[in-house]
Amino acid sequence: MRIWKFGDDIDTDAIIPGRFLTEYEPARLAEHVFEGTRDDCRTGVCPGDIIVAGKNFGCGSSREHAPLALLGAGVRIVVAESFARIFYRNAVNTGLLPLVCHDTGGLVEGHEATVDIENGVLTSDCIDYPIEPVPPFMQAIIDAGGLVEYAKEMKEVEICTGSQR
Amino acid sequence: MGATLVEKIFSSRCGREVQAGEVVMAPVDRAMIHDITGPLAVRVFREMGGDEVFDPARVVMLFDHQVPADSVQAAENQQFMRDFAREQGIHNYDLREGVCHQVLMEKGHAAPAEIIVGSDSHTCTYGAAGACATGIGSTDMGFVLKFGALYFRVPESIRVEVSGAFAPRVGAKDLILSIAGDIGAGGATYQALEFSGETIETMPMAGRMTCCNMAIEMGAKAGIVPPDAVTREYLQARRPGAEIADLAPDQDAVYADRRAYDVTALAPQVAAPHNVDHVVDVGEVAGTHIDQVFIGSCTNGRYEDFVEAAEVLGDRTFSEEVRVIVVPASKEEYLKTLRAGLIEKFVEAGALVEAPCCGPCMGGAFGLLAPGEVSLSTSNRNFRGRQGSTEAEVYLCSPATAAASAVTGAITDPREV
Repeated sequence: MRIWKFGDDIDTDAIIPGRFLTEYEPARLAEHVFEGTRDDCRTGVCPGDIIVAGKNFGCGSSREHAPLALLGAGVRIVVAESFARIFYRNAVNTGLLPLVCHDTGGLVEGHEATVDIENGVLTSDCIDYPIEPVPPFMQAIIDAGGLVEYAKEMKEVEICTGSQR
Repeated sequence: MGATLVEKIFSSRCGREVQAGEVVMAPVDRAMIHDITGPLAVRVFREMGGDEVFDPARVVMLFDHQVPADSVQAAENQQFMRDFAREQGIHNYDLREGVCHQVLMEKGHAAPAEIIVGSDSHTCTYGAAGACATGIGSTDMGFVLKFGALYFRVPESIRVEVSGAFAPRVGAKDLILSIAGDIGAGGATYQALEFSGETIETMPMAGRMTCCNMAIEMGAKAGIVPPDAVTREYLQARRPGAEIADLAPDQDAVYADRRAYDVTALAPQVAAPHNVDHVVDVGEVAGTHIDQVFIGSCTNGRYEDFVEAAEVLGDRTFSEEVRVIVVPASKEEYLKTLRAGLIEKFVEAGALVEAPCCGPCMGGAFGLLAPGEVSLSTSNRNFRGRQGSTEAEVYLCSPATAAASAVTGAITDPREV
């Protein structure tokens, strides 16, 4: 997988501009991913490539079109130093894996990288970068394959269960 | 150990004491869906096996982002939502009332100690009513529509203490922009901003809504003002007879951070392109040529905002070099502004006045910018491409600064016109 490198505060308007939000199909949204801000990524991204960013990735709007556009483009993993809250939830819910890595500064655009989720490590240019474990309640949703699959079989929920940090 | 406002709300709604950092499945008192993120939420609700929503009376639907429909696709999405509302018995304000956050507040859908979610990031606005309100995505909303509950990580809080009186033509928007500049675009991620202090206590509901609205611009999950006499007066007319919960943080509540601001010497603030935390005193960008001014949005589309703009405008007209777009946030605010004679004043001065909706804020409907153009806007986001071309620039400011600049054709300190 190849790295596409981004900076801090990449907002959801940059990931998918507002004028395309009447669309909900990942493949069609992918035609406009990063349109106008990173057209090289929009036209060059290949299935399996990963997005690597700095702090506060996905800030701004609650539009789930943002993770859907990335998924439509074949991106399955975003690695960032931190994520905006709503984007993080949306990514997990839709099956895009948001991974936190405290220092992405050394990762280089275009270079190959591998991600070992079980052992929590990203490797690129022979350097290992530790990845933070996903919070347990989010891991359960990831394991189910997204929130839809997680919720499908549930008839009701028990209020105030699932207390964990 | 004492509790913050949001810890108290989660504890009260969950029936046991919960603390910041805990993950809880909490009940939702109100869920708001609109024309952009709603269709996906409904689809997800169906995919989850949803048949009937958890409680139609607790779901509010309205259309505000692309109204009246500006494309066949938008029209189809709205038709799909209308059909769902009819089928489920959900109250649908459709496109008649205005911008979701203004409408939920003025129709009494938000009250102290409630947990409210909306599939829109500026749902945090309802913290002005003392609610713990937060924006969620469409899939989380699908889950809420089915179960009436959602997983929440109870947020830590930052206590924001504000003192002093504003100088003339300086107000709530300048305050929240200066706070955003200080805390930063990701500085309150996963946290709640708890506003307090004499300046907040004496601030009318319109200004409190402006402050809570922009909590998300610092990454916050919620912004909240402790309910007081101002809250009660606002709600009494809108939720007659309803019990309004008493709610205050404990003296010994534990905060992630405490920040103090004194507004006495605060100058009008402007967020320069392309980040909301890129905030400067208006003097630093004064003279910047502008092509368009937008006065409106859930941040600053209320009657009080138009009074502020009209007072600065006076008997002058807007510059012919500038397109001025005025969009009241709701029917109620539109009518108040109209009856006060301000709509006539804006039209005569050269503005386009549009019916209540999100307008140019999201760059999805009308009022888009061409490459190289500059917009000055009272809305909440200035991201690259937010209002049209990615080669355009958006500055954010108060209604007073917007009006002063619309008169001169360049960014102008409202105290100097």
